[in-house]
Amino acid sequence: MAPVLEVTGLVKCYGDLRAVDGVTFAVDEGEIFGMVGPNGAGKTTTIECLEGLRQPDGGRVSVHGKDPYKECRTVMERIGIQLQESDLPSRLRVGEALNLFASFYAGPVDPEMLLERMGLQEKAKSPVAKLSGGQKQRLFIALALINRPEVVFLDELTTGLDPQARRSMWDLVREIRDQGSTVFLTTHYMEEAERLCDRVAIMDHGKIVALDSPRAMIRNLGIEKRLSFQLLNGSKELALDALPGVEHVERRQDRVTVSGSGKRFISRVVNALEDNGIDFDDLRTEQPNLEDVFLSLTGRAVRE
Amino acid sequence: MRGLSELTNTSIILYIREPIAAFFTLAFPTMLILIFGAMYGNDPSPIFGGLGSMDVSMPAYSALILGTIGLLSVPITTAGYREQGVLRRFRATPMRPLTYIASDLLTNLAMTILGMALLFTVGWLLYRVQFEGNILLLLFAVILSGLAMSSMGYLIASVASGARVAQIIGMVIFYPMMFLSGAGMPIELLPPSLQRVSDFLPLTYVARLLRGLWFGEPFADHLFEVGVLAGILVVFGGAAARYFRWE
Repeated sequence: MAPVLEVTGLVKCYGDLRAVDGVTFAVDEGEIFGMVGPNGAGKTTTIECLEGLRQPDGGRVSVHGKDPYKECRTVMERIGIQLQESDLPSRLRVGEALNLFASFYAGPVDPEMLLERMGLQEKAKSPVAKLSGGQKQRLFIALALINRPEVVFLDELTTGLDPQARRSMWDLVREIRDQGSTVFLTTHYMEEAERLCDRVAIMDHGKIVALDSPRAMIRNLGIEKRLSFQLLNGSKELALDALPGVEHVERRQDRVTVSGSGKRFISRVVNALEDNGIDFDDLRTEQPNLEDVFLSLTGRAVRE
Repeated sequence: MRGLSELTNTSIILYIREPIAAFFTLAFPTMLILIFGAMYGNDPSPIFGGLGSMDVSMPAYSALILGTIGLLSVPITTAGYREQGVLRRFRATPMRPLTYIASDLLTNLAMTILGMALLFTVGWLLYRVQFEGNILLLLFAVILSGLAMSSMGYLIASVASGARVAQIIGMVIFYPMMFLSGAGMPIELLPPSLQRVSDFLPLTYVARLLRGLWFGEPFADHLFEVGVLAGILVVFGGAAARYFRWE
């Protein structure tokens, strides 16, 4: 089966800056594909080339085998777009916005049903300007879904939302995929990419520095896991160094931190503590995450 | 042109919902009738060739409406939509750019006609003003003038960085014209030197064309005004098409 989105050697420059510098990837049907990286990494430029809003300076971009810039009207019929920086007239009402955008497409869904699905039916008569950040994003998602799109593009969907609204957006994105659309999203929240995406492309300075499922990326990193706990009854000698997978044990008064790797690292350590009758409390584990992957690939932390 | 009627309907509703725009387009010219009508009445006057002050104000204030919409509404709305990202959002649909422009022009034509109808109704109720021309010729003049003024407005929107700048440019161009073109006050009241200035103002040709056709002068007498407005449309429309930015 041919991929839904195909990007080969994409280049886009703004003056001297190569905002996107030779990016290649493909997205399969039914995937939630994420592009992560710090601001200015080239994510939005890439997504806008895919949406047909920008003309690439080099390389090839195709959506369902078509050039989204040259055949933008054909492609626009089949994709849904949520833009990072866009707005609607402030006095336009939610219901009016949906009816208006429905009129732009050959086969729109029923706007009323979409409003209900987005939990906006009570806001149908509210002006766009009176919506909260989360409601507004829901409206923009509704506009992106009005044509039953086969691919949905979401650019920085949850930026500026509170954690609760962000989580409900994640549910919504999964639901969109479950209803049969392929989702391509960008985010600079590593946690979001890790939890939401089937596959992730990490971008930095216009290039893809890694592309895989979040789990595989973290696993391949080979970063050690860390486990720490509080000793309850004084200073006993711990024989944890000898355990397979344990690489380092550090003790500061009663706080012990054990570093190591391997699938069964945590259970081994905990079992060893149990077997030796050591009482402990406040057990914490630190799993490596995409944040660590980015750090190890670029030597920098992602700033928010 | 899928979406044209829906977009036009929505734009008209939004126009009316915007109190400042609606006031300047719809209420302001009518308010001028009330004020200047109370001051001067509508008795026939030799200055206006036997017409009353309110009679000549009908086509003049119609030109005022066309100037307000073309030189203020168009640049402010267009630059504002671009600044806010509304145009971006429209671009991310299969709707054609031409559909957007056509809808904008239709909306402005509808608002012009609404403003003129309100103006005429009040003028007729209070002063029994008359329309003595051919309604189709007047409609042609209104459409041509609207296109010419709007093309200037789109160019302003294209060169302005945002809605505020567009508003300032629009006001700087529009307000002197309002007084010197015969749209805001009868040209006959200006001293001859200022009357000559009016020859260089685009809105003057709108005011002259509308006044001539309003009182039934032959269309052939106004080919010069038609030519000037068509020229403005070609030059400014061409420049606007060249410099128009969606974002």
